[in-house]
Amino acid sequence: MRFIFKTDYEQDIKLFQHGGAWWSYGLLFAVLAVAPYLIGSYLQSQLVFVFIYAIVGVALMILVGFTGQGSIGHAAFLAIGAYTAAFLQARGYPFEVYFPAAGILTGVVGAIVGIPALRLHGIYLLIATISFAFIVEEVLARWESVTHGNEGMRVRAVEFFGQTVSRDSNSFYFLCLGILVLVIIGTLNLMRSPTGRAFIAIRDSETAAKSMGIDLAKYKVRSFAISAAITGLAGTLYAHKMSFISPEMFTLLLSIEFIMVIIIGGAFGLHGAILGAIFIVMVDPLITMLKDDLPGMVASLSRGFGVGEEGARAVQDRLYAIFSAPGLKGAIYGLIIIMFVLFEPMGLYGRWLKIKLYFQLFPLYKKATFRRQKTYVKSERNR
Amino acid sequence: MLDFLQQLVSGLALGCIYGLIALGFVLIYKATEVINFAQGDLMMLGGFVAYTYITILGLNYWLGFLFAVLTMGLIGMTIERFVVRPILGYPLFSIIMVTIGLGFLLRSLAGMIWGTDDLKIEAPFSEGVLRIGDLVLAYDKLSVIVVTVILIAVLYLFFNRTRLGTAMRATSENMLAAYYMGIPVKRVVSLVWAISAMVAGVAGVLLAPITFVHSNVGLALGLKAFPAAVLGGFGSIPGALVGGLIIGVVETLAGFYLPQGWKDVAPYIILLLVLLLRPEGLFGALGRKKV
Repeated sequence: MRFIFKTDYEQDIKLFQHGGAWWSYGLLFAVLAVAPYLIGSYLQSQLVFVFIYAIVGVALMILVGFTGQGSIGHAAFLAIGAYTAAFLQARGYPFEVYFPAAGILTGVVGAIVGIPALRLHGIYLLIATISFAFIVEEVLARWESVTHGNEGMRVRAVEFFGQTVSRDSNSFYFLCLGILVLVIIGTLNLMRSPTGRAFIAIRDSETAAKSMGIDLAKYKVRSFAISAAITGLAGTLYAHKMSFISPEMFTLLLSIEFIMVIIIGGAFGLHGAILGAIFIVMVDPLITMLKDDLPGMVASLSRGFGVGEEGARAVQDRLYAIFSAPGLKGAIYGLIIIMFVLFEPMGLYGRWLKIKLYFQLFPLYKKATFRRQKTYVKSERNR
Repeated sequence: MLDFLQQLVSGLALGCIYGLIALGFVLIYKATEVINFAQGDLMMLGGFVAYTYITILGLNYWLGFLFAVLTMGLIGMTIERFVVRPILGYPLFSIIMVTIGLGFLLRSLAGMIWGTDDLKIEAPFSEGVLRIGDLVLAYDKLSVIVVTVILIAVLYLFFNRTRLGTAMRATSENMLAAYYMGIPVKRVVSLVWAISAMVAGVAGVLLAPITFVHSNVGLALGLKAFPAAVLGGFGSIPGALVGGLIIGVVETLAGFYLPQGWKDVAPYIILLLVLLLRPEGLFGALGRKKV
């Protein structure tokens, strides 16, 4: 068990609380640095998606996890970033120009969306962000002079300081990784600044934050703007990775996937956003595996247990039929959300903390350490 | 002028459909302050259950209707028992996420069980039309209007005049206080989910001749019913109908008079305007929070 002995207030806001963290993050970084040379192109491409989802996860974490405002409309911010990039690239601007431009524009839109948030709580805010996402989707489909409507837009490879970085290359992998690391460091610094403290105060109690002199309007709008801007940056990378964007890629489903990222990861720390992104991106390969490999495996297993050849074949066909049914992904998503909220509300990162504490305290671990406070519902109408 | 009136009438019919779904949202919100994002999907499920009774098992239409609604009530109670009750009292966001997940699950299960083709239920009245002067209204749409108005009147009286309705309102105000007053909170919540699922079932059966039965029909209609519920003020039963009517009329008129594309976004633009100008809705009441 490690005891952190604090002798100075400065120690509370250190990025790394103890020396061991340097080693573990350094190791992680080294693995990520050599990974693209060792793993196949498919896994490398999946990792790039993990990075992009993780950037959005971090953005959403600032808004939902740290400021306590809900949003089921982040696909719209991603779309605005992606379309800004595609539009400016088609006009001949380089990556160095449109990448920040996408972030700034999305941030401004985010601030505008944040204004109604000042008067809205809980569900109303969720509904407002959903409607915003619908309106953006429709605008993208109809504003044909800029977005080419439902035909979509092609996005060429990144031109970065004169070099072409194709979407499957290792350079693009490192570009995404670099941006993710910068976003994480930026967010960590933001959260230990007065602004970040204000966000957390607003999450914990708006009334208390207000009476401590925090300008709710200013900080809520700021949280929306920052979150949207980071999502816009991710949108640029997303557009390049997909190399083709159209309005039907940025639907409600994508917004819900982003929310799932932070719910599954654990909506109380940046680790959660990363773990959730890994989980969500890996659901698709998992479904493919269920469909292609599992029926055969179960069939050979049942052969081993002495079920006849016919029985084994029947089992294989039956399983194959189940796993290739249309809409399986929706069922799996639904189950994942329900299971996580019911049984692991602190997400994967919460599970990791529990396991860690179990070993640190070895025979003395109590389940109650992490039990959630259950409150009786009081009317929200009287806030 | 005739065009306008005809559009107005079909807008009102559409509005009643939205109102009927919004009614489900409002009921659950009124009693537990939870938004059930799976409401549209419960409606879809109601259609499929009725299809099973009427077309597959060959029951009489009215008998099938009744059984479908009762089955939906049971399904609503089951959902409440196993999915909603364990997390009642936890942050609102968790419950909303669970209902979103539930919507996903119901949609794909329905697709897996009943297939993805458009199914149709033959209602005994689905052929004829009602003519008033030059205006035309199909009987199946008329049935939706009539049933919506009746349901809303009955439920309004139920909530405001009966002991059980009062108990439900008390539960939504403050669960702990309601519990102290001897209200069986768990049973009340369970009952609300049953009623709401039954309303969804009625909507699903009535819509079957109009929109067909398909696993995705609930999502689209459910998302349109949101603006209706918000417009009426989320906790108000007559508000659901009025909100639904406004949304339905605006959508139909926008589809007729404005360029393509406005039809789909008009409800959401209205929703955002309402949220900006009067977040409590037309019939809602919003107090201030005391520390």
